Amino acid sequence: MGEKEREDARRYWQANIRLITILLIIWAVVSYGFAIILAPVLNSINLGQVPLGFWFAQQGSMYVFVILIFVYAKLMDKMDQEHNVQE
Amino acid sequence: MSTEVWTYLLVGLTFAGYLYIGYMNRVRDTRGFYVAGQGVPAIANGAATAADWMSAASFISMAGLISFLGYDGAIYLMGWTGGYVLLALLLAPYLRKYGKYTVPDFVGDRYYSQTARVVAAICAIFVSLTYVAGQMRGVGIVFSRFLGLPITGGIIVGMAIVAFFAVLGGMKGITWTQVAQYSVLILAFLIPSIALAARLTGMPIPQLAFTFTDIVPKLNQIQMDLGLGSYVTSHKNMIDVLAITLALMTGTAGLPHVIVRFYTVPSVRAARYSAGWALLFIAILYTTAPALAAFAKFNLINTLNGVSVQDVQTRPDLDWARKWETTGLLSFEDKNGDGVYQLTKGDTNEIKIDRDIIVLSTPEVAGLAGFVIALVAAGGLAAALSTASGLLLVISSSLSHDIYYRLINPNATERQRMIAGRTVIFLAILVAGYFGINPPGFVAEVVAFAFGLACASFFPIILLGIFDKRTNSTGAVWGMIIGITFTAVMILLMRSTKLLGTEAPIVTSFLGISAQGIGVVGMILNFVVTYVVSRATKEPPQEIQDMVESVRIPKGAKEAVAAH
Repeated sequence: MGEKEREDARRYWQANIRLITILLIIWAVVSYGFAIILAPVLNSINLGQVPLGFWFAQQGSMYVFVILIFVYAKLMDKMDQEHNVQE
Repeated sequence: MSTEVWTYLLVGLTFAGYLYIGYMNRVRDTRGFYVAGQGVPAIANGAATAADWMSAASFISMAGLISFLGYDGAIYLMGWTGGYVLLALLLAPYLRKYGKYTVPDFVGDRYYSQTARVVAAICAIFVSLTYVAGQMRGVGIVFSRFLGLPITGGIIVGMAIVAFFAVLGGMKGITWTQVAQYSVLILAFLIPSIALAARLTGMPIPQLAFTFTDIVPKLNQIQMDLGLGSYVTSHKNMIDVLAITLALMTGTAGLPHVIVRFYTVPSVRAARYSAGWALLFIAILYTTAPALAAFAKFNLINTLNGVSVQDVQTRPDLDWARKWETTGLLSFEDKNGDGVYQLTKGDTNEIKIDRDIIVLSTPEVAGLAGFVIALVAAGGLAAALSTASGLLLVISSSLSHDIYYRLINPNATERQRMIAGRTVIFLAILVAGYFGINPPGFVAEVVAFAFGLACASFFPIILLGIFDKRTNSTGAVWGMIIGITFTAVMILLMRSTKLLGTEAPIVTSFLGISAQGIGVVGMILNFVVTYVVSRATKEPPQEIQDMVESVRIPKGAKEAVAAH
């Protein structure tokens, strides 16, 4: 690896870590926050006909998980190009 | 046509399909056998991963489990899906870039240690073997419930089918068969769920019917009236709910048969998308299950509670109740002699409902034709066979690749390695079948072990191996040993009534955490020990640090493949 490539790789990794951190915070807030710790509070609000905390626990969290992975894959496509590390 | 004829027909057709696909995808080389030639498109690998992941238990028992747990069923819903986010962001792309055949391959190479390789291979075999025994049992149960065949006969038929496509096609045969099995199992789960949703609520999409119609509030009200407790709030201690959910998520991300699926795609980019497709395909079933759980429970209580003894014996629309009564999954007893069956909590309860009945009885309860009942049988078999085959491949690769080729005979020729792989997978099928026919009494207990060990051993070691260059061999080996030992000892002590035969559990909980969630503590210990010991000892050799840098960038994934 040349010096420029090394620098590209280093910046790419930092940007990747930043993105992973943001997405995992959302992951934790939705599953451990909304669906478990805050569920008793959120249950005073209804989504449709079911209490919101319960809905996050049995539906919402899973939708968020799927979206998070596709968002990561899409943003990484762009990031791979920008840092010139794509396959 | 009778239900039984439909069942033979559909099961026969799907089995013929699996055999055909297996034959078409037979392989000649180890790369095809262990990682399907690394040519599986992202979306197909997603479907295969979903089928691999969703076992007989997910298909047959999970909705029933949720209907009895209510809110607390979320432990399994989130625990068995959230791990894919960890896989997609933290593990899969880098392991694909690294690009070898097995999880112990990565552990052994990254930590330049044969000890680490052997520990990893033994963990992989143990975890997969405990799992696969349950799957073979599932095959036997489906055969006996739907076709009245003895469990042993059913298991032998299942073993023969798996043996055919796994021995011939290895990972390639297994992968394409799993794609077909996913299609069968998801149709078999969705059709009855949609029918029941439409019948009860007028809204055919189960997820929408669950959220926007009044089934959940009505169910909750009935539960409260009967003294069964709220359906929408937790009945467990919150620390334990958090620990179990996290243990199942990190356990999922650390299970070798799940990780190895991401070695089979052609690129790093495909590994990321593939995890997304896998979770989407899994979520289709996992978001339907809680809806089905609520509908079926509401419907069962509503139909059966307060029904008279005479009605159960004669009413034509209760045919299904009489049928399931003969299987023992549903039982009535008029304890107070008032001629009416009442559903209550505790000893006065007069209607006993086995949780497996929730999924199995749905087609009949919803008044669907024999064709759909047969489809559910084929779906249950697809779920069991697809999971079993994925696990068998891990057992085979751990023994024939990690232990035989990498440790005992590194000079083995390609031909010898293929023979070893095929022989081991065949033997593993026999062992799995044996345990399916003679299940050890503690199979259910051992599943807690599988997740606990995966989350206390593999997850931290692989994660640090990618994200922390400074983690060295000494740290990783000590971290694994301490994480595994702590988890195994705690599970033994907490489940001692079943595992050691003591009168009462030796330890009931650890800081409020039960056996199912204890792997989380083992995982934290592993992280801490690995981190501290690595920093107190010599840094890893330069070539290992270079390898870590190279797995972090996608560039060169195809070259990495060509090089070995």
